[in-house]
Amino acid sequence: MSVIVFAETRDQQYKKSTLEAVSYGKEVAQKTGGKVIAVSMGSAADPSILGNYGADEAVTLHGTEFSAFSPEVYAAGFAEVCKAHGGKTIIISNTYSGKSMAGRVAVLLQAALATNVVDYPDTSSGFRVKRGVFSGKAFAYVNMQSDVKVIAITPNSVEIKTYGGSAAVSAHQPSGLPSSSSRIESTQTVSGKVPLTEAEIVVSAGRGMKGPENWHMVEELATALGAATACSKPVSDMHWRPHSEHVGQTGITIKPNLYIAIGISGAIQHLAGVSSSKVIVVINKDAEAPFFKAADYGIVGDAFEVLPKLIQAAKATAAS
Amino acid sequence: MKVLVCMSVVPDTTTKITFTDNDTSFNAQGVQFIMNPYDELALTKALDIAEPSGGTVTILHVGPADAEPAIRKALSMGATDAVRINAVPTDSQFVAEQIASYAKDKGFDFILTGRESIDYNGGAVCGLLGALLNIPSVNVITQLNISGQTASIERDIDGGRETLSCSLPFVASAQKDLCEPRIPNMRGIMAARTKPLQVVEPATSQNHVAYSRFELPQPKQGVRMISAENPEELLHLLRNEAKVI
Ligand SMILES: Cc1cc2nc3c(=O)[nH]c(=O)nc-3n(C[C@H](O)[C@H](O)[C@H](O)COP(=O)(O)OP(=O)(O)OC[C@H]3O[C@@H](n4cnc5c(N)ncnc54)[C@H](O)[C@@H]3O)c2cc1C
Ligand SMILES: Nc1ncnc2c1ncn2[C@@H]1O[C@H](COP(=O)(O)O)[C@@H](O)[C@H]1O
Repeated sequence: MSVIVFAETRDQQYKKSTLEAVSYGKEVAQKTGGKVIAVSMGSAADPSILGNYGADEAVTLHGTEFSAFSPEVYAAGFAEVCKAHGGKTIIISNTYSGKSMAGRVAVLLQAALATNVVDYPDTSSGFRVKRGVFSGKAFAYVNMQSDVKVIAITPNSVEIKTYGGSAAVSAHQPSGLPSSSSRIESTQTVSGKVPLTEAEIVVSAGRGMKGPENWHMVEELATALGAATACSKPVSDMHWRPHSEHVGQTGITIKPNLYIAIGISGAIQHLAGVSSSKVIVVINKDAEAPFFKAADYGIVGDAFEVLPKLIQAAKATAAS
Repeated sequence: MKVLVCMSVVPDTTTKITFTDNDTSFNAQGVQFIMNPYDELALTKALDIAEPSGGTVTILHVGPADAEPAIRKALSMGATDAVRINAVPTDSQFVAEQIASYAKDKGFDFILTGRESIDYNGGAVCGLLGALLNIPSVNVITQLNISGQTASIERDIDGGRETLSCSLPFVASAQKDLCEPRIPNMRGIMAARTKPLQVVEPATSQNHVAYSRFELPQPKQGVRMISAENPEELLHLLRNEAKVI
C-alpha cells in the first residue's frame, strides 16, 4: 500500500505544483500509512530532490516513448508503476497535462477519481475530499468509495513542506505501453513566464483599460511583482489579449495568493473564476463597482493615474 | 463522417448558487438550465466539419427528461439527431461509463466533449472516455481539422500551445477559441421540432464517488480602502499585513 505522486516537470525541472503534490502525498501517507513514491517520466530532472518534499522513493521512466507528453502513453506507464507498487492513493496535479492523464489513470486502475481538489482528505471515516465546484462559486465534499483513489490537486491549494533528505531513485522498465496514436508536431511555450494557473500573484485587467495599447502598464506591474497576467472575458473576446488569459466561469479558474483586478467591474461570471484567491485588490474608478464587495483592498481611482504610481512603487519595493 | 458530441446541462452562468436539505443538494429552484457553454463550441465545430461532406452529428446527453429544452436547442443549432440516456448524472465517471457503453459499437469517427462542465468542473469525461473506448484523448483543443483518417489539432498546454496529429477515431474536449458558438436560426428551430430524440435506458454502472455536502466560500471581511494618491500604502499592506508579496 503506497501513495504514488505524478512528478510533472517543465524545462527539465520539477514544477512548483509537483512539489505541492509530493507534500500532499506525504500528508496523506501520514494518515493512511505507506510510502510516498514520486514518478517522473521522460525527464532529466534529478528525482532524488523530491525526498526533501516528502517522497520516500522516486521512480523514473525513460525512453523515447516519453519524450513528448501523450495522455495515453503517460497514463499507461504511470498506471503500471502504481500497480507494481501497490498504489492506493494516486496524486496528480490538476494542470492541463495532469488532468488529461487523470481520467485515463482512473480507468486503468479502476479507481475513484476526484479532480479540482483543494484540500487534504478527511480520512476519519472513509476518504473524503473537498473540491471546487460551480467554477469557484462553491465547494463540495466527496466520498471516494473505491479501494484505489486518483486525486487531482489544484495548484496553490496546499503548502510545500520540506523534510530534508533525498529519495532513493530507481528506474522502471515499462512492459505494456500502447503505441501512441498521436504525434506532436510542434510546441510553443511562453518561456520564462509563470503559467497563469500556477502563478502566486496575478495582475488582471478589464475593459477599463480602454485598449490593448495600454497593456504595457499591466505587464510592467506584473513584471515588477513577479506576477502572471490575466484579463476579463470581453478583453479576450475583442482580441486585446489571448484567450488563454481569460479568467472566470467560462475561462480559467485560478486561486493565487494575490489577485489584482484593474478596470474590471466584478460580474458574477468573472468573480466565479477568481474568488478563491487569498487576497483580492480592486482598482476601479467607480466606487460602486460590484468587485469592491469581493475585495480585501480597494483603490477608487483612474487606472491611468494609479498604475504609473503603483508601478513605480512596486519597482522601488522590488529593488529594495 | 459520423460524429458524437456530448452535452451537459448546467445552471445559467448568472445563477447565484445555493443549497438545500442541509447543504446536501443544489437548490435548483428558479434556476435556468442551459447547454454547457463549452459543449456549444464542441457542437459548432463538429457541425462545421461534418456538414460539408453530408456527415451526421449526434448530440448525446445523460440526464433526466427536464433537459429536453437544451437538447432541442442543440438540434436547432444543427445536430442531426439526439440521444438521451435516462439517468441522473451523478459524476463524471458515471457519465463517461454511460456514454462509452452507448458509443462503443456505433462506429463514430470522432467524439467531442466540452473542456469541463461549468457546474461540477470535472474536466474528466474526455480522458475517461478515451480510456474506456481505448482511443486517444486530446484535452482542451483550440483547433481541429480532419483530413482522411488524420486529425490535426492544436491544444492548450500549461504555459503554451501544442500542435499535434492524431489518427481517427479519437475523443477531444473543446476549449474557448475553437470557434464561435452557432446561434440557432428560425429554420433550425423549426427543423429541431421534428428531429429524432431517442431515449435510452442506462447501462448498469457502479458509483465510485458520492457527493456528501456542499459549502459556500467564506464571505470577505470587508474591503479596506486606500487613497488613490498613495499606492505605496497598498504595497506596504500587501507586504506587511497580508504578507502576499
Ligand atoms: C455566458 C457568459 C459567460 C461569461 N463568462 C465570463 C468569464 O468567464 N469571465 C469574465 O470575466 N466575464 C464573463 N462574462 C462576462 C461578464 O458578465 C462581464 O460582462 C465581464 O466580466 C465584464 O468585463 P469587464 O469588467 O472587463 O468590463 P466592464 O463590465 O465594462 O467593466 C469595466 C470596468 O472598468 C471600470 N473602468 C473604466 N474605466 C476605468 C479607468 N480609467 N480606471 C479604472 N477603472 C475603469 C469601470 O468602472 C467598470 O467597472 C460572461 C458572460 C456571459 C453571458
Ligand atoms: N450528463 C452529461 N451528458 C453528456 N455529456 C456530458 C455530461 N456531463 C458532462 N458531459 C460531457 O463531458 C464534458 C466535461 O464534463 P466534466 O468532465 O463533467 O466536467 C462536458 O463538457 C460534456 O461534453
